[in-house]
Amino acid sequence: MPDSHTIVHGGSEVDHHEHPAYLRHHFESVEQQADTANFAMWLFLLTEVMFFGGLFTAYLIYRNWYYPAFVAASHQLNIFWGTANTAVLISSSFTMAMGVWCAETRRKSGLVLCLVLTFLLGLIFLGIKTIEYSEKIEKHHVPGFHYSLQSFLDPDSDAAAKAAGDKPLPLDMARRTEVYFSLYFVMTGMHALHMIIGIAILGFMIFRAWAGAYTAGHVTFVENFGLYWHFVDIIWIFLFPLLYLISRHQ
Amino acid sequence: MSEQAKHGEHQHHITPPVVYVVIFLTLLAFTALTVGASFIEMGVWNPVIAIAIGCVKATLVVLFFMGVKYSTKLTKLTVGAGIFTFLTLISMTLADYISRAWGQW
Repeated sequence: MPDSHTIVHGGSEVDHHEHPAYLRHHFESVEQQADTANFAMWLFLLTEVMFFGGLFTAYLIYRNWYYPAFVAASHQLNIFWGTANTAVLISSSFTMAMGVWCAETRRKSGLVLCLVLTFLLGLIFLGIKTIEYSEKIEKHHVPGFHYSLQSFLDPDSDAAAKAAGDKPLPLDMARRTEVYFSLYFVMTGMHALHMIIGIAILGFMIFRAWAGAYTAGHVTFVENFGLYWHFVDIIWIFLFPLLYLISRHQ
Repeated sequence: MSEQAKHGEHQHHITPPVVYVVIFLTLLAFTALTVGASFIEMGVWNPVIAIAIGCVKATLVVLFFMGVKYSTKLTKLTVGAGIFTFLTLISMTLADYISRAWGQW
């Protein structure tokens, strides 16, 4: 009986060395805990790479398949808004990276400022996306019952198609522009959904950062969120040329 | 134990802001470059150049903004394995489609 008593208490107070409250007991050190979280976040991001990778592959195959339709349909995208959104998203990645630096160097107000800027730039991105989407809705370029082939059967009636010098497509090929817009809405829509989730988490983080949660040495949450946000940026870095740029001259 | 002690000594790397500023400006420059390149008629090279610039930008983001350059070997291996798997899957899929008779199915 005395033995079991010793086992229950044995060592727990002796081994209980000093460590920060955020170090979980199953980790050897703060460093190991941080490395593990970093590794796990990357595993999650790899599942995201596979998810978006499937969409990119579908886009490449259909583009080869229905090439004239994809060229004509991509002329409907506004290169100015696309470029503006790319700049906005790269800026938001920069403010996020600066936020991680502020957390690491324990600058509380700097971190709050960076997170607020990232939050606002994320909203600007979605605002520009809304302008682009509403243009598609007005022109009936959203796949479905109300889809209109007019811009592709009669390009002279459409300012964007006329400016690109599009020739009228035969009816069966013109119908394939709907495949382009399906992929456009799925890819940019899934990207925008990731942005919305990121912005929601940013809103939560701003309050936590304000309370000083990330500037006391434990920066894993900010760093892992930064990885997520930069990942969403990378998806756009590939969406932008594939959807907007590569068919300008064909 | 000595290995754990060594591991514990490995300090958390903090990327200085100047690196982020340089990468940010480089990314903006590459964005301008890729938009500019899309206005030049290069035939089959337009998509090639656009995707190549995209790959350069993504690499900069992964290495510096995401800090993989300064991360553990485990993370580097994970990222490398992920990219390798993705490229394997996409090239095998595309090889399958390219080697079929177009429009025959």
